Amino acid sequence: MSALLEVDDLRVNFPTRTGLVQAVRGVSFSLGRERLGIVGESGSGKSQTGRAIMGLTPPQAEVTAKKLAFDGIDLLAAPARQRRALRGKRIAMILQDPKYSLDPVMSIGRQIVETLRTHEKVGKAEARDRALAMLEAVQIRDPARVFDLHPHEVSGGMGQRAMIAMMLIAGPEMMIADEPTSALDVTVQLDVLGILDKLVSERGMGLIFISHDLRLVSSFCDRVIVMYAGKVVEQLKASELRDAQHPYTRGLLNCMPRIGFERHPLPVLDRKPEWAA
Amino acid sequence: MNAALSIDGLEVVFDRFRALKGVSLEVKSGDTYGLVGESGSGKSTLLKAIAGLVPAASGTIAVNGKTLGARRDKAFYREVQMVFQDPYGSLHPRQTVDRLLQEPLAIHGFADGEKRIQRALDEVGLGTGFRFRYAHQLSGGQRQRVAIARALILEPSILLLDEPTSALDASVQAEVLNLLEEIRRRRKLTFLMVSHDLAIVTHMCERLMVMQNGEAVENLTASQLIGHRVTKDYTRNLLRASEGFVRTA
Amino acid sequence: MSAEAIQTRRDWLLSDRPASRMQARLGRAYVAWRRFSANPLAFVGLLIIIGLLVVAAFADVLAPYSPTIGDLKGSRLLAPSAAHWFGTDDLGRDIYSRIIYGSRWTLYVVILVAIIAAPIGLLVGTVAGYAGGWTDAILMRITDIFLAFPKLILALAFVAALGPGIENAVLAIAITSWPPYARIARAETLTVRNSDYIKAVQLMGASPFRIVLRHIMPLCISSLIIRVTLDMAGIILTAAGLGFLGLGAQPPLPEWGAMIASGRRFVLDQWWVAGAPGFAILIVSLGFNLLGDGLRDALDPRSGDQ
Repeated sequence: MSALLEVDDLRVNFPTRTGLVQAVRGVSFSLGRERLGIVGESGSGKSQTGRAIMGLTPPQAEVTAKKLAFDGIDLLAAPARQRRALRGKRIAMILQDPKYSLDPVMSIGRQIVETLRTHEKVGKAEARDRALAMLEAVQIRDPARVFDLHPHEVSGGMGQRAMIAMMLIAGPEMMIADEPTSALDVTVQLDVLGILDKLVSERGMGLIFISHDLRLVSSFCDRVIVMYAGKVVEQLKASELRDAQHPYTRGLLNCMPRIGFERHPLPVLDRKPEWAA
Repeated sequence: MNAALSIDGLEVVFDRFRALKGVSLEVKSGDTYGLVGESGSGKSTLLKAIAGLVPAASGTIAVNGKTLGARRDKAFYREVQMVFQDPYGSLHPRQTVDRLLQEPLAIHGFADGEKRIQRALDEVGLGTGFRFRYAHQLSGGQRQRVAIARALILEPSILLLDEPTSALDASVQAEVLNLLEEIRRRRKLTFLMVSHDLAIVTHMCERLMVMQNGEAVENLTASQLIGHRVTKDYTRNLLRASEGFVRTA
Repeated sequence: MSAEAIQTRRDWLLSDRPASRMQARLGRAYVAWRRFSANPLAFVGLLIIIGLLVVAAFADVLAPYSPTIGDLKGSRLLAPSAAHWFGTDDLGRDIYSRIIYGSRWTLYVVILVAIIAAPIGLLVGTVAGYAGGWTDAILMRITDIFLAFPKLILALAFVAALGPGIENAVLAIAITSWPPYARIARAETLTVRNSDYIKAVQLMGASPFRIVLRHIMPLCISSLIIRVTLDMAGIILTAAGLGFLGLGAQPPLPEWGAMIASGRRFVLDQWWVAGAPGFAILIVSLGFNLLGDGLRDALDPRSGDQ
């Protein structure tokens, strides 16, 4: 199986008043048509990794890599136009809060239609039909009604489903989901994950699932990358999480309270400076 | 009678929307009581109504046997304090930690401010090195520690905790939860804690109430929840959801 | 001072863990200063305003002639020369000296207006924003009434009622310029009043008065300072306008607006009589505008938290 995405020695640096901030420091991995989880705490560089792949890094930052290739296309060398065309058409991204990623003054249906028509030449009627079908695919019960609603008129879970529909309408081959369910209620969270899971396996997409929640990621993904201070500290199969070697991964797993496991006080993470070295 | 907090038939109405529909509960002195629910369940509104931040439409709230009126007096705030969810929004952006901790002491006319600030900072594990920092010079966990120190400085007997760790990283969450437990033990405090996370609530609380749409779904002890001895479907759903994603295929 | 000593002092100011109240406050001021001085135009503005202050303070030393007593016999309406840098006016007074003394009046007007109008606006705006309900409605409708009239017309009406003179002009300008400040302060108050840190202070049992004074006002002050600085140019122009219409400073006070007014009769033949004070107004207004822009970057409460 050839890799969909290859990342070798990815670095993202932000020049600031007080010096260079290295957000991502040499991250390497490859992604096939699978579910890959990237886990880390705030400041671990997990989101910046996703953004760098997507080409959404702020302009003042420097992105370098020995290799950053999507389906053989060198993303760092690709002209801006080609990258824009890739974005949305072949690579999609879902962000944490649908409130900020959907246009508040445009109806949900129109946003999906617009997205489709920027990437494909389709007639208005066909675009509408496909948008409705997509809304149905993300398990929105009454797609015709939701089509005409504005983002503020729907709940968080519904908004996130609409966002997923919008991202998947052009049929991307790879999707980056950055904390796609963190803003949602737990029961809704599982519904959305279920939809995402089904779409990914049906369409054979590659998925990068970025999250702070190690347990959620391990129950959802095939493979997990654990990041700490801009580096990958461990890469393992989700099913083998219990046998994690790195003390950080183990600490992260341990420090969460679990139902039925009484531990007072909770074990805390003893951060070692050599992890970041 | 040793109920630290007893609430009877509490209703809160916002512009005709009934955010709380007659909720009753009783928290024994020295207990940790959990309120669990999803967004819109009214769990945070309940805390705010107790604190006097939102007006109650009907029902009574009694603290240590004393029924509260519509307005809270200064004595109330020396009994009941609150820690907010978002550590980034709960500290004044233009005030140093020192100034933040001085404010309650100034309002209540404490003379030994210097000593109390030192002690409060030590108690939450920050030490005096943090005393003159602004909020933006602190991490999320440190901010939440400052917020806890601020709540403790008036030596209340009841602490209202509104999702105190949901904005924090897992490792920091463990530290803050441990700190809260330790403080409760040492000061013999009563906690009323709101969370959407069943694992946290069972870890911290002896008793809990599951809420949905402004109503109590059921009252449980932590051991009932751990043993899955629940009676309502909604609680069962929450329990299942807290166990992570299960692939159905 | 050695480079090393400067370096350690800078580290002390920029320290992430200040050891005293003083160090924390100085550190904050230093960061704002660095942001301010990174902007060269703002620096020019600051220099102009400092120049104005120096000129006003040392007017007695700097001015070669009396501002009010001229030589009617020998030096009426002389063109600029080595003896009279900006020429002389119709009463034989040295314009350069009059402009130097005039800077005092300009400062007098600007400072008084700021001292009167800004606190009124701040108080009205924060109280209205925090109290809400009826208090808000009444205070803001009063503000709207003031805003409904053009500033100069309203000021004219006040001066006409109070009688001409520079003190009354100041008063009239102050009365007409507080409403925008009230608007700004109210808008800022509305954004912070529901924040958790204000709720936390309420939960301490703080009185509304204390919350407004000690917790809300400090957050409004920086945007107000910026706005007042940017308005300074407008205040100077309004004062000059009133002076020009004969309702502000009265002769023989060397106020710049009044000087332009008296020079307009010969503006075609003796352009310097009106031109020199006009140029002074232009420079000072520009200075305040540049300074205000720089302050906006330096004091912006949103970027200030980083």
